[in-house]
Amino acid sequence: MAATNDTVLPIKERSKALSAAQGAFSDKVLPVASIILAIIIVWYAFAVYLNAPFECDQAARAETTIGFAELLPRTLAQNRPVLPAPHQVAEELWKSTTERRVTSPRNLLFHVWVTFSSTALGFAIGTALGILLAVGIVHSRVLDKSMMPWIITSQTIPILAIAPMIIVVLNAINITGLMPKALISAYLSFFPVAVGMVKGLRSPDRLHLDLMRTYNASGSQIFWKLRWPSSLPFLFASMKVAVAIALVGAIVGELPTGAQAGLGARLLAGSYYGQTIQIWSALIAAAILAAILVMLIDIMARATNRRMGVKA
Amino acid sequence: MMNGEAGAATIDMERQEASAVIEARGLSLIFQTNDGPVHALSDIDLRIGEGDFVSLIGPSGCGKTTLLRVIADLEQPSGGSITVNGVSPHDARLDRAYGYVFQAPALYPWRTIADNIALPLEVMGFASTDRDERIAKNLALVNLTGFEKKFPWQLSGGMQQRASIARALSFDPDMLLMDEPFGALDEIVRDHLNEQLLKLWAQTRKTVVFVTHSIPEAVFLSTRIVVMSPRPGRIHDIIDCDLGEERTLDIRETPEFLEIAQRVRDGLRAGHSYDD
Repeated sequence: MAATNDTVLPIKERSKALSAAQGAFSDKVLPVASIILAIIIVWYAFAVYLNAPFECDQAARAETTIGFAELLPRTLAQNRPVLPAPHQVAEELWKSTTERRVTSPRNLLFHVWVTFSSTALGFAIGTALGILLAVGIVHSRVLDKSMMPWIITSQTIPILAIAPMIIVVLNAINITGLMPKALISAYLSFFPVAVGMVKGLRSPDRLHLDLMRTYNASGSQIFWKLRWPSSLPFLFASMKVAVAIALVGAIVGELPTGAQAGLGARLLAGSYYGQTIQIWSALIAAAILAAILVMLIDIMARATNRRMGVKA
Repeated sequence: MMNGEAGAATIDMERQEASAVIEARGLSLIFQTNDGPVHALSDIDLRIGEGDFVSLIGPSGCGKTTLLRVIADLEQPSGGSITVNGVSPHDARLDRAYGYVFQAPALYPWRTIADNIALPLEVMGFASTDRDERIAKNLALVNLTGFEKKFPWQLSGGMQQRASIARALSFDPDMLLMDEPFGALDEIVRDHLNEQLLKLWAQTRKTVVFVTHSIPEAVFLSTRIVVMSPRPGRIHDIIDCDLGEERTLDIRETPEFLEIAQRVRDGLRAGHSYDD
């Protein structure tokens, strides 16, 4: 089976493809991979360090001493470690997502879905509210002077204090389940969107506004043709912040009132029963969810940029 | 040269009296600033007739841009009177009587060139087939055919400014108000664009008010040159520039051109434009 010229890439194209792959590797994969590797190494070191006292106590109770060579593997395989090792967390993540049906409450993905749904709903409400507020503030001096201080003040109240109150009050008027958590997420996420959009809607150049004036453009024409497109970069930047904080809101909403489902509930359950590995796997799952959500917004931003002719 | 410059002058005067497109009388504008009042315009008397190409020339701070903005209803005068097309600048703006070209191209970066030219047409409610026709026609006028789908960042400064001129012409206004449109460009591009602008004016015969701080540019392009001086902003001199209708860049070496340029320079000097 001789390789003919048709089946083997010419040498030039092969080396071009190779150097492109090398370029992508060193630009994108290598930096992220090396940081993750560093984090994992530090994590292992801390796991050994923090779990060691327990092993030493055990040994002291059995009235023996324990050498380092024996200590090391024991600290990384405890049932209820102070700090689970990365492989323990990975194993727990794998078990809790694959070994049961996806819809069962024992499956981590089920909880991820619950948290994700209240995050998404809260984020959507918060973004819409933030945009509407920004439009009002930019177009009305009365709203500008009166709303901004209150909006900023609203964010200084600690969410952990206010979340239980919101949930209890809403439950009393028969709003239960997804909605109260979504409202907490909305409460947290409307602020970055409002602030960012006010900046964005006010960002057009003096010259561009004068140009619209020479055309005798109406207020709504100026808004849709000039202010709204100029504000999109600001909108996406603040949406990234808002989605991450909406996730925090959803988890916080699950903590105080003994919720049965969601990542916050998993965290709580883990802490009640001392299952530190469960706590950590819920934490990592939340982190991965946040990363995915921010990435989704980024993809939307890039697609919009391409359509709006931003310099590639 | 045409027979009898005197004859041309009387025809010119008659034309002006018949249809003064812009008429300012005793116009003044005072800005209140932290350092006290600034007399941006002081007692301006000016008549601009239909089909004139009028340059406003002077140093920074002489009020030429301010005067243009008052004509465009982008600033309000504090005294005197001004009419555009016989009505107030506000009504002229509502009537969409002029196209304004700024110092910077001011193109919207998220729109293609074609969409940028379409912007005033969209605002003013032209039908979409009409819009496409006008875009094509005006891009051809400024020699930018073929650049419809490009974005502003893909064009050079000179091309962007040409696109902005095409945009100002797209809705066929009778007047063009241009505020140092070629100021940010290098001399070679400037010469080229001056030629193109003159050809455009000869073709379309619009009334043009052109602010510049370049003496050769003013003399080359205009039928009348208004020399302004600063502090307070006032008109020092109005010079008729009758170098004929068909001008090429070569006339910049002729004695008539140099004479007019010298008159302009003398006017600027007398108006203390060269003082510290």
